[in-house]
Amino acid sequence: MAVVAASGRGHAAAAWRTTLRDRPIIPLIGLLALLVLAIEAADFGIVTPEWAGVIVRASIPLAILAGCQTLTMLTGGIDLSVASVASMAGFVTATLVNSPGGVAQGIVVVLVAAALVGLVNGVGVGVFRVHPLITTLGMSFVVDGLANVWQLQTVQTGAGVPPVLRTMGSGIVGDVVPYSLVVFVPLAAAIMLGLRRTGYGRLLFAIGDNPVAARLSGVRSWQVLVVLYVISALMAAIAGLLISGLTNTASVTLVDTSLLPSVAAAVIGGTSIFGGRGGFGGTMVGALILTVLSALITVLGMPEPTNQVVFGSIIVIVAAAYTRVTSES
Amino acid sequence: MTALAVTTRRHNPDLAEWARRDSWTIGLMVLLALLLGFTKLIQPNYGAFGIQGLGISIMPLAFAAVAQAIVVIAGGIDLSIGSMMALTSVVAATQMEGQSGTFGVAVVAGVLLLGIALGALNGALVVATRVPDIIVTLATSFVWAGLALLVTAAPGGAAAPWLMSLTTGAFLSDWLPKAAIVLVVIVAAIWIPLSRSRLGVSLYAVGSDQLAAFRSGVAIGRTKVIAYAIAGLFGGLAGLSLTASTGIGTPVPGPYTLQSVAAVVLGGVSLAGGRGGVFGPLVAVIVLQLIQNDTTFLGIDPNYALVVQGVILVGVLILGSLLESRRAG
Amino acid sequence: MGAMTIATTGLVLEATGISKTYGAVVALKSASLAVRPGEVHALMGANGAGKSTLVKILTGAVRPDGGSIAVRGRQRTVHSPAEARHGGLVSVYQDPAIIPDLDIRANLRLTETRLEPFRHWLAEFGLADLDLSSLARRLPLASLRIIDLARALAIEPDVLMLDEMTAALPANLTERVLEVIGGMRGGDRSVVFISHRMSEIGSVCDRATVLREGETVGVVDVTAGSEERIVDLMLGQIVEQVIPQAEHAAARDETLPPRMSVQGLSQGTRLHDVSFDVHPGEVLGVVALEGQGQDELFQILSGARRPSSGQIVVDGTSVSFRHPADAIRAGLVYVAADRAEALLMQRSVRENIALPFIARIGRWGLIDLHREGRTVDEAVSRLQIDARAGNEVRRLSGGNQQKVTIARWVAGGVHTMLCFDPTRGIDIRTKQQIYVLLRELAEAGAAVLLYTSELKEVQLVCDRAIVIFGGQVVAEIDRADADEATLLHAAYHLQSGAALPQELAATAVEATGGEEPAAATHEPEVPA
Repeated sequence: MAVVAASGRGHAAAAWRTTLRDRPIIPLIGLLALLVLAIEAADFGIVTPEWAGVIVRASIPLAILAGCQTLTMLTGGIDLSVASVASMAGFVTATLVNSPGGVAQGIVVVLVAAALVGLVNGVGVGVFRVHPLITTLGMSFVVDGLANVWQLQTVQTGAGVPPVLRTMGSGIVGDVVPYSLVVFVPLAAAIMLGLRRTGYGRLLFAIGDNPVAARLSGVRSWQVLVVLYVISALMAAIAGLLISGLTNTASVTLVDTSLLPSVAAAVIGGTSIFGGRGGFGGTMVGALILTVLSALITVLGMPEPTNQVVFGSIIVIVAAAYTRVTSES
Repeated sequence: MTALAVTTRRHNPDLAEWARRDSWTIGLMVLLALLLGFTKLIQPNYGAFGIQGLGISIMPLAFAAVAQAIVVIAGGIDLSIGSMMALTSVVAATQMEGQSGTFGVAVVAGVLLLGIALGALNGALVVATRVPDIIVTLATSFVWAGLALLVTAAPGGAAAPWLMSLTTGAFLSDWLPKAAIVLVVIVAAIWIPLSRSRLGVSLYAVGSDQLAAFRSGVAIGRTKVIAYAIAGLFGGLAGLSLTASTGIGTPVPGPYTLQSVAAVVLGGVSLAGGRGGVFGPLVAVIVLQLIQNDTTFLGIDPNYALVVQGVILVGVLILGSLLESRRAG
Repeated sequence: MGAMTIATTGLVLEATGISKTYGAVVALKSASLAVRPGEVHALMGANGAGKSTLVKILTGAVRPDGGSIAVRGRQRTVHSPAEARHGGLVSVYQDPAIIPDLDIRANLRLTETRLEPFRHWLAEFGLADLDLSSLARRLPLASLRIIDLARALAIEPDVLMLDEMTAALPANLTERVLEVIGGMRGGDRSVVFISHRMSEIGSVCDRATVLREGETVGVVDVTAGSEERIVDLMLGQIVEQVIPQAEHAAARDETLPPRMSVQGLSQGTRLHDVSFDVHPGEVLGVVALEGQGQDELFQILSGARRPSSGQIVVDGTSVSFRHPADAIRAGLVYVAADRAEALLMQRSVRENIALPFIARIGRWGLIDLHREGRTVDEAVSRLQIDARAGNEVRRLSGGNQQKVTIARWVAGGVHTMLCFDPTRGIDIRTKQQIYVLLRELAEAGAAVLLYTSELKEVQLVCDRAIVIFGGQVVAEIDRADADEATLLHAAYHLQSGAALPQELAATAVEATGGEEPAAATHEPEVPA
């Protein structure tokens, strides 16, 4: 039906529509290439393998956080607690660096805490059907508050970002390959494989596409959602550890500025806020696009806040474009 | 026949109807009274001075909550309010600095118009792009925040002296903070005529049941744009009161977006739209502020206030969902 | 003002050649409707004949593809309900256009209705005591309908359209409504009246326009005995059989225990004490006019809703379902008419068919793509699904989409299949394939419950049929006797004469059916 309708309006437009709808990653990579060309034109010689390494290193934590948004958005949800959880993770690990168990203990504590946050989110969304936006927003208050309390109680103990995390977050092998790929590649592979090849991944799409159909097919969506929000919180914690390593900073507000970019990267990557459509491939490119875009803004000598204005405008434009091409009528 | 047995209460029908319809608000006011009593108990010299402080401190969030309430009643949500406040606040502070009082009045008018324009743009984007409210306003929140930082990178500017004196101190009695009077007068002057007009009724209609509203002859798109524009006006007022209470403009958004959503939900406005008013959210703002004050008086880490807010927000919604499902069947 | 223009045409409303297609589905081919001043004009037609679409077009809720509308001789284009109202056309629907979160006074403000005439009409209906400051959501549905009607009357439209508005009113109110409508005869204004109740048509209407398959097929003066003529027009000439009626051996074996036994099932005011058995090897038809409780029956059997009383016995064991997963486990699988309710529109044919396989928590792990592929391919070829555009199910034709929803269950083996109007809006070839498939399933020992709005399907597919009216089983008809005329009479509950048993009408109060729900506005899931 769509094919018939489109052929009347000219092949080029139809092909563009279809591509943007079915394989958004192709135009996205094109856009990324354009941005790289632009930055090279603005500052000749800047694009080198080392530059690429730095860009990838900066994109990785953002891609993970955007992964949280991608997975939750596939079901028609969103996770606004990721920034709080990520900040908490980096900060608490840093304060536990001198504890008997050392870094390992810190990381375990942080992952358990994150899982608990995710569990509450999942129960709120899946069992009590409170809007995901509100549930995760409320939990971000709770996490922020508790992290602040923790901060005041541990203010006297020695704290610092453990060297292991610094290496993980900011190390670059041979000036080109970021160390954090060690974490990211398996994680990304697991997400992409999980979405395509497992029953659980299929159910995320199913619930987001049509919760009524999923229910009528025997899916108990609360089970899926509880697990989902726990996964999301764990990923947020991992991203937080990497960011604190990357910036060598432990602060309870460290990741706050990445919340909106995480949603932006997922939306740009072609994941629909309505659910049922999208994937992690596009999200990764989306994270790269945002990182290169801020690099470009810096190279052009524009003030840093321009980033936000541009990011915001891009979200609206891209979301509107997706809404247009994916609505059948 | 039961179908005909429409209850009519001849004795004082207005009071009974009010009690039934506004039971949530009444409950909230009882909670407020209890909290005030509790405050007096733990802080015996809490008095006129404390009330004056309360009056000033609630003002920005109170206006933000009214703005949020209007959009939510009309079936939307505005995640850009905090950023809008930052933008209007810095514009006001930078333009007023070192200028005459009369110019200050012009600035106030200009800032309010700016707020209306920002809000109308939100609404127009929602209607024209058909992108969900959450995404559009999330995106514009980036834009407004970026613009605020472009206006001034650091907190600065100054409020006109008359603006500050308008909101500090008391009027007639020590127990009547000027800020509270200004707040109530402005909200009442806009909300009461609005809620009694056909436009006000249309806001509820669109939020409550779009199909029935359409069939009743309401222009859905236009009504939504107007709702966002009015919210923009209150966003501007919130920004102005930030400037008035701090004396400067701060380009970084405070936690007002999230808190305004919390206040609206606590204030008995249904996130599904069509239900509630602005009075409930105002009371909720006072309650939230008093909780924060009391934790300080009790020597508890004020960050717990944040935790409490998050717990209340999620708790109230879970309770609401439980009640709803019990009623449904 | 009207009196002068009447002279030009003599008609209050004249709609000619109205057409409307939704994608490939033709809702209206060429409908016309001519209403004289002072008459109550019935608009009749079987399910899906296009009545609702025509009303929506006349009131501006839907734009027609072609045709013209004239009110009192003047051409009108109506693009919104507000414009239609200014043009003198007002409609009252089965679900009232009343905002639930506003009080009645505010609802009147919304439509700029004057209070005095409104109160007058309320009093006419015996609701003079109504407190106008009551929130609409707190009032019973029947009152809201009356309020909606009183509001429409207060506007004094040239043409008042009543779309199934008496469908679930208590008997006493129905009577009042009919009296008021009857009282408008002979005046200057007119009423277009849509009802499934033949007795009401007979008592208030002057003429009837009959629609069939999107076309106006006749205008009848309503007199004693015109009912038969209307039914004939609705049926058309006896449609030739679509499949050679291979005399399906009655696979039903009464000696076997029933696969599923429904005993005394009730659900609120919609379903009352419904009992029947379905045997292995049998296709049991369910026949009902719209909104007679069949929706609730199927929702309960598929586990989507809980009954207020009664029980379901499957293979001799009493079962109760808290979730569709429970029904599926008990072997009851559900095929919906509304494909938007059953399909993941943006996902592939394969994912849609395989969805039930991965629903259980134990199946969340890696998918055995080979095995899944084989199972899906088998189902696809068995149902002859054309899966060329299979990346997204929404790009398939309606018929292929429907086959996908069936394939999902066939792939896993069928014990009991609940089909709710599975052939609605799909092409004739696919219909035939579905008939054949249902017979095959039955012959292989499955039990099939089939609700159909196309009466001729009963003789083609079913072994026998039960007829539901007002939430009760009012007839059971064997296949041999189940010709369309018999079924339609039974569905209108006409066989005993004309008058409608009052208690039946009174029991059907709480109708909730909305006629134009977008895919997004489905009933939210009932919390477990």
